[in-house]
Amino acid sequence: MKRIVVMALLSLAAMRTGMAGVLPEDRADVLLHSYDGGGVTIQGPSVLVRKQFAQKFSVSGNHYVDKVSSASIDVVTTASPYEEERKQNSIGLDYLHDRWMMNVGFTNSEENDYKAETFSFGVSQDIFGDLTTVSLGYSLGNDVVGRRGTNFSEDTQRQQYRLGVSQILTKDLLLGVSFEAITDEGFLNNPYRQVRYLDPTTPQGYSYEAETYPRTRTSDAGSIRLRYYLPYRAAVHVEYRKYGDTWDISADTFEIGYTHPIEAGWVFEGKVRSYSQSKADFYADLFPRSEFQNFMARDKELSTFTSQTLRVGASYDIVRGGWKFVERGTVNVILDHMLFDYEDFRDLRVTGVTPGSEPLYSFDANVLQVFVSFWF
Amino acid sequence: MSATKSLSIARSVALAALVVAATGCSVEPWVKPYERDHLADPIMSFDRDPVSSSYTGHVYEAREGARGATGAAGGGCGCN
Repeated sequence: MKRIVVMALLSLAAMRTGMAGVLPEDRADVLLHSYDGGGVTIQGPSVLVRKQFAQKFSVSGNHYVDKVSSASIDVVTTASPYEEERKQNSIGLDYLHDRWMMNVGFTNSEENDYKAETFSFGVSQDIFGDLTTVSLGYSLGNDVVGRRGTNFSEDTQRQQYRLGVSQILTKDLLLGVSFEAITDEGFLNNPYRQVRYLDPTTPQGYSYEAETYPRTRTSDAGSIRLRYYLPYRAAVHVEYRKYGDTWDISADTFEIGYTHPIEAGWVFEGKVRSYSQSKADFYADLFPRSEFQNFMARDKELSTFTSQTLRVGASYDIVRGGWKFVERGTVNVILDHMLFDYEDFRDLRVTGVTPGSEPLYSFDANVLQVFVSFWF
Repeated sequence: MSATKSLSIARSVALAALVVAATGCSVEPWVKPYERDHLADPIMSFDRDPVSSSYTGHVYEAREGARGATGAAGGGCGCN
């Protein structure tokens, strides 16, 4: 479980234009999001505003809310349904100097049982006739993990290291390569989740006890993405990401998508995303006995599973040719349909069967985003 | 290897390094600036709507074991 990692990544944020020598556009977005699946609904707004000043700076602010109502499989089998709210506020500042761009950011996230603060720093530069953009980034996060109704409090520290390259390959083809390493140290459990173990003294044949995770985790992720401009003004993109960590989880993500604008001011998009992962080495759906090993988990996010996402989206120009100080505006709708199939996480709502022979769990979810954007 | 040949190789390497150092940031681009209108089209952006991609990244990160190299930002858990 000990591995020293050298990392890297280019965040998409730094790749958004493929040009470090240009400040991001002035723009405001108001988004409403809704997630509904697996007994969980999460809704809320996200407002993002970005504005340039003094020709060399761009400041951004984001306010984001998750209103959670959960009766998930974990909650209905080991706890009680609950509702909670998470609020997140972020500020960022970009500074442009010649072909260099520097950015600093701060994010604060609060819910009744979890507080997180993250500082980030990044730098990017255009080189080779502006064909290549190289980016470096670092983030430091400090979290405080609580547990509702108790005085429980534990700390977690997270460091993220990013390196990326965005490359113009031809007049129609862009390449993005990114790497990111993340190290965590501290309390990494979900304080509400429990493991189950065989217990012949109970009617159902098993009991629950608290999860115990390692107190460190280091992960590496590398991705490559290509975006190609088709001759009739449309774009196709493909992306692949490889992931591995010191908990022995490895994952592959593949995505292919298509973007098609039409003259009347519409842009349509569709994509398919496929994700698969192997389980953490201390994960089991059913342990042979209590305290079977030092580290034990039954988080389905640490199990072996696959997920598929199908996306359709549309965008429409509502301010064409400008209006007062608004140069352009769009209204956008994006719908994702997600399917999760677990290979070693069982549905314990089914009782009266031999422990470990319950049906495998699966669920689907719909994720809706509706947002308006204005450029000014 | 003779000293003369070693010196010759060293000179060649030094010259190559000097050329790279002198021209590294001004390489003649094989895609000229006036040929980049397709690449400048918003549909070619890796992240056309940051407010949306940030949210999408959070949805995945809360439900999957993998993380990183996506550009998604966020804090907190929201994963029960």
